[in-house]
Order: sequence, then structure tokens, then C-alpha cells
Amino acid sequence: MIDPIQPPRRKNPLLRTRLPTSPPKPRSRTSHGFTRAAAEGRFMLQRCDACATFCYPAREACPSCLSSSLAFTDAPRRGTLLAETTARVPSDLYFRERAPWRVGLVKMDCGPLIVAHLHADCKEDAAVHMSFQLDKGGQAVAFARPDEETPNMADDRQWREMTADPKFRRVLVTNGRSVVGQETVAALRAAGAKTVFVGVAEPWRPFAGERQLSGQEGIEIVPLDAADEKSVTDLAADIGGKVDILVNTTEYVRAGGLLDRKGTSIARDEIDQAYLGFINLAQAFGPAMRMRGADGVNNCAAWVNILSVYALANWPAFGAYSASQAACLSLSHCLRAELRPGGVKVMNLFTGPTDTEWFQTVPPPKVAPRAVAQAIVAALRNGLEEIYVGDVAEEIRLRLAANPKALERELDR
Amino acid sequence: MKNSLRIPYDGVVMAAPVTIPYRRYSIDSAQWWIGRALGALVAQAGIKPSDIDGLCVSSFTMGPDSGIGLTQHFGLCVRWLDSIPLGGASAIAALRRAARAVQAHDADIVACVAGDTNHVDSFRLTLENFSRFNQDAVYPYGAGGANSSFALIARNYMRTFGVTREDLGRIAVSQRANALRNPNALMKATLTIEQYLAARPISDPIHLFDCVMPCAGAEAFLVMRDETAASLGLAGARLLSTIERHNAFAEDPMQVRGGWAMDVGELYAMAGVKPDELDFVQTYDDYPVITMMQFEDLGFCGKGEGAAFVRQHDLTIDGDFPHNTSGGQLSVGQAGAAGAYLGLVEGLRQVLGTAGSTQVKDANLGLASGFGMINYDRGLASGAAIFAGPSR
Repeated sequence: MIDPIQPPRRKNPLLRTRLPTSPPKPRSRTSHGFTRAAAEGRFMLQRCDACATFCYPAREACPSCLSSSLAFTDAPRRGTLLAETTARVPSDLYFRERAPWRVGLVKMDCGPLIVAHLHADCKEDAAVHMSFQLDKGGQAVAFARPDEETPNMADDRQWREMTADPKFRRVLVTNGRSVVGQETVAALRAAGAKTVFVGVAEPWRPFAGERQLSGQEGIEIVPLDAADEKSVTDLAADIGGKVDILVNTTEYVRAGGLLDRKGTSIARDEIDQAYLGFINLAQAFGPAMRMRGADGVNNCAAWVNILSVYALANWPAFGAYSASQAACLSLSHCLRAELRPGGVKVMNLFTGPTDTEWFQTVPPPKVAPRAVAQAIVAALRNGLEEIYVGDVAEEIRLRLAANPKALERELDR
Repeated sequence: MKNSLRIPYDGVVMAAPVTIPYRRYSIDSAQWWIGRALGALVAQAGIKPSDIDGLCVSSFTMGPDSGIGLTQHFGLCVRWLDSIPLGGASAIAALRRAARAVQAHDADIVACVAGDTNHVDSFRLTLENFSRFNQDAVYPYGAGGANSSFALIARNYMRTFGVTREDLGRIAVSQRANALRNPNALMKATLTIEQYLAARPISDPIHLFDCVMPCAGAEAFLVMRDETAASLGLAGARLLSTIERHNAFAEDPMQVRGGWAMDVGELYAMAGVKPDELDFVQTYDDYPVITMMQFEDLGFCGKGEGAAFVRQHDLTIDGDFPHNTSGGQLSVGQAGAAGAYLGLVEGLRQVLGTAGSTQVKDANLGLASGFGMINYDRGLASGAAIFAGPSR
């Protein structure tokens, strides 16, 4: 059983901040099949198309029949822990700093043997539940948890290295004027976030839902207009050293594509808010976040973007908006690479049209803002990197994988 | 498929066993250590470098070089060349290949050599870059290296067969006693069972004295036909039999036996000897648990009886079961791939009567084994050889 983690004490400003280090990163190209699985929270193994044998580690041919047709396939997660060990003097700096570190060998019910990081409650000869997680180096690793829920399960020291659980962390939600932003604040507080800073542009201007935010314990309204470089830098100067998770809820949704609009003014607004706002936030908050990746229980853990699923495939009805989202998606990959030395995850949450005013004319199904907020919390708790919220987003993902041309033609309606 | 009958190693001998004394750290390169071993081979055998017409090399740290680069580096013109990257099984594999080469007259004098340097970061770099499976699926998990992998194997073996740390400690303690008689051993202090048990944990249940100390060094020997040895006036040890096996028992969920168990019958049948006729045994001792497994798999006792076996026998040089007479890697040091050669080279000295302070009285018939390459969850390569002195 695990003792619950304690709320971190106030940081002593005189002490040096421990700098982040990374676990070993090199992987074979094929092994990145697990990276994909981990990013989406799936448990996939290679399975031979010819003889149905599951195998591990990543291979180029089936060890049973030598077929080269090995596909990453969702696999049963149950296994048995055969043996464990605790590494006390590892040669790698990241693990040396975190020793003792417990690992074990798991025999999967579906066949393969997997060396895995162990949750403290895993016991030899007992069943375990396997997942692939992204470690602080951004690479996929196998993680074994007990097959059944145990007390304070998410507080496990090794598990917390793989996740970005909001518990005891301080979060900046960049736009509290939106319903999604407000729901996100509530969900993060309920998940144990110590403080949620909520950015509101021009705070003197009243807005719907303000009452849920102002004067609430653990919620601080802060002035923030992501499109305004000075506003963002001013806020970062104030709270930049205590943002452990940043949720970018900045949004600017307008219908229309190219030919039915006149000029570039709306497109400029879209880019100012979504794309340049992203840049402003990244430049102001990113460097400090990257430095604080190993800063104790409330180390800096994640940056969350909420993106339209039409970032992946342009929806002409909201064509210019889709393009601004595609730009943000591309930028997120840059940010992910640049935050990686700090072990800070960049999570992209893809959603279909939300049930909010700017999508009023779009027929259902639409995504409830609360569902987006809950998905953010779940993604943080599980350390995911790609999350698809709602049926529309999931469908677009599948159709894009099946045939991008079919999707492109069919979105043109 | 059943093995077909193998051709005996008639007329194959090994000569001029060479050890370049180990050092904990070396600022020299692996090539420097290998060069010294080749020089010592030539000097000890009383031959010219140009007499060497076959070369077999093993090393983890010679950078971009393989055997071919070494021919030019050392001015050797050979007609038979091999580089063997089998870690702890390299010596047995080298011997097997060289033996067939001289037997078939593809070469007359093959120099088998292994050498590694040890810079302060060599060990970590070797761990990081050991194999693809290791890189993908072991090293990112705590980066414990071989210690963690063998810890899992040891843990399972100890639980399965009721083996205690004291049992494994007997192996380490006996080898230290042997090492104290070997001036080249890096470990110079006595080791008691109490000290063994009180050592700090490295990766449970592996503790400090279960681990070898990485170091720099080189080992070598020559392989030739007996008439070549006679013409050079060299005493040669006769090769009686060998086995080699890779990726054995893949169906075992965890390693409780090595490839020896698959071929041990052939090992003794080919040599025409029984296990109890051997005057000494040199196992591959990267961890005591692997040695204990070899006592079982090489036929000295049954599976699961290794602990009882070490309780019942004295494993020191003057004991009833002389084992790892130089002190083994556990007490001499592990000079990379040379660690594979350590037991075989010491065994050759034993049957040639040149082991000096570690000499087993009247040693004439010996066995040396190899084990290597923990590619993922288990050691994949295993091998063994039985050889005899000139008088047998």
C-alpha cells in the first residue's frame, strides 16, 4: 500500500532548483509503434498476421514463423509478474537520481515477456495490468500496475514520473471567458489542483460564468490576453515560476473559408488569438516550465492544447479556422520537442465542434464543454499525448487513417 | 532434427596461454591491449609475427575496428580471419572456429585474442549500446544494465529452487581465496561469507560481491595442429570436445538453465570422459548464480541441486572441486570480452602445468565454459570445451 503524497511545502527561494534529466532515449524505428500506443493510451503489441503470435520487443520478423507482416495491434493488458528487482545504483543519471527504482519481468497472458516499470503495489506471482506510458524523455515504456485498484494508487512515485496528475499542482487556464475554460477550471480543482490561475482578458468587462470563478478558493483570476505580448509577459513575470501545468483554452472560432470572406481581417484575428497567442504563451511561460521539470512533487509536468480535430483535415465551412488550428498543431510539435529536455509533456486534445455559441449553426453531435474538461483531467492523470474527445473527433481520426482523400472530398459539403 | 555425428578434434592443440595483467582503468585503447597480447603470444611461442596466419579477435571497446583493421594495425598477413562478438561466449567460439581452421589446413597458427580497455565511461557506454532489444526494452527501465537483468534471473532462480544468498556466497568466497594466490587478480583482500552477506545491495538480490569489476586487460592463446606445435617445440593442450548453443530454451518463461543443458551429453561423449574425471572446472562467472546454473547444466549435479552441490564441495584450488582457480572474473576482474577467455586461458595453464601459484596438483583434464550476451531477458550464448594436458 502506498502512503498518500503530501502537499509540497512552500518553495525555499534560496535553494537551487534541481534541473531535469532524461531517461535513456534511443529506440529503434520500429519500437516507435509503442510510442504511438502510449501517446494515445492504448496497449498495442506487434502481432503476426500469418500465425497470430504476439511478440515483444519490437521485431522485424515473427519469431514463430519468420513472417515480416507484424502489425501493432491492441492487445490484452493482463499479465503476471514473474520477478522483480530494485535498481539501487543505476549507471544512468536520471535513474541514479531517482534510485531505488523498481522494475520487473512480466509474462503477458497473450504470450510475450515484458520488462516493465513497476507500481509499488505489484507483487510477484500476482496479476498486473500493463500499459505503455511516455517517460520524461518522451519515449514509450511499459508500466505494470496491480490488476485491481489499490489505495492512493496514483500517488505511486514511479507512476507519477509518467503522468502529469493535477493533484497538488498549480495550473494556468489561459481563457476563463469561455465555457470550456470554466469547465476546465472546475474539473482541475476537483482533481486536486492546488491553485488554478484563470486568465481573463479585460477583467473589468463582465462575462457569463464569472461568479463560478471569482472569490472561489483555489481559483485566482489573472489578467491575460494571449494575443497581447505584453499582457502575457507581465503575467509570466508574476506567476511564471509557479505554473506546473498550462492549459491553453484560448479560442477564436468564426465560420467561413476563403472566397466568401472579404480581406484578411478575420483571418488576422484568428491568427492573432490562436497562433500568435500560442507563441506568446510559449515564449513567456515555456522556458521556466522547461527548467522546472524535476522540481519536486509539484514539478512542471504538462502543457495542454485544445485543438479542433479539423486541424488534421480542413473543414471548408470553417476553413480559415481549420487552417489556424493546423498551424497550432504544427507549432505544438515544435513546442513538444523544445520542452522535452524538461520532461514536460505537450498534450493535444482534439475535439469536434463544441456545444458553444460559435458553433450554434452546426448540427449535433457536439461535444459538451464538460466532456472536454474531463478529458483533459483524464489525459493528465494518464500522461497521454494525443486525445480525441467525442464521436466527431474519433470519426475524423479513423477516416483520415483509412483514406485522407475520401475525407477531404466528404468534408466539402 | 537430431545432430549428426561430429568429427573429432584429432590433432588440434592450444598453446602459449597469455594474460596481460588487468588494470581497473586504462587510458590506453583496446588496440593497445590486444597488441600487447599478440606481442606476448609471439614471445612466449618463440615465433615471428609472420608465422601467425590466422587471427580471431573479440572486443567491446575497439571502436570502429573489427579484425580486419587489426591485421594492418599489427602488420599481420593472415589467410583466415574472424571477429567474434559473443561476449562471454567468445573464447569457446573462437576456439571452435580456430580448431576447425587448423584441422582443415585453412591456417596453421591461429592467434585467438580478446582485449578491452576500460575508460571511466566505457562501462556505461557499453551498457547503453549493447543490443537493439536492450536499447528498446531494457536499458530505459532503470538503466541497471546487466546487474538488473541478472537480478531478475537470480531472484527467480533463488525462489524456484530455494537457494539462499549464503549458497551463492560460497562461490564468491572460494574464488576470492583462489584469487589471493593469483598476483594478477585485482581483488587483493580476503572475503568472508559475513562480508559477502553484509555487502551493499546493487539490484536486489544482487549485492556488491555478486558483481564483477569492469577493468582493462587482454587474454590470448594459439591454436595449431600437434605437428606444428612439435616442430616449434611447444607444449600443447589437446582439444577433446566442445559445444556451443545460442538462444536455447526460448520457451522457458525465465532463464533457469543455459544452452549447455541442451548439449551436455555430447560434450562428455565426444571427449570420452565423465564429469567426475575432470581435475578442475572454469565456469563463466559474471554472477555466482550463473556459475551455480552451470554446475547443474554441465552435469555435476541435477537441476535445482546447485546449492546442495556447493555446500558439499570445496571449490578452492586445493579443494575436492577446484573451480575458477585464478579467482575468476569475480575476483580477478572482468576485462570485457577478455572475461570470456579468462577461464580457458587459466585452464590451459593448468593442464600445461604452468599455472604457478594457482596450480592444481596433477591437473591434466579440464573444462572451461562460456556464457554471454544478455540481449533482452536472458543470456543467449553458451559454450564449453574439454581439454587435456600433453601427458594424458
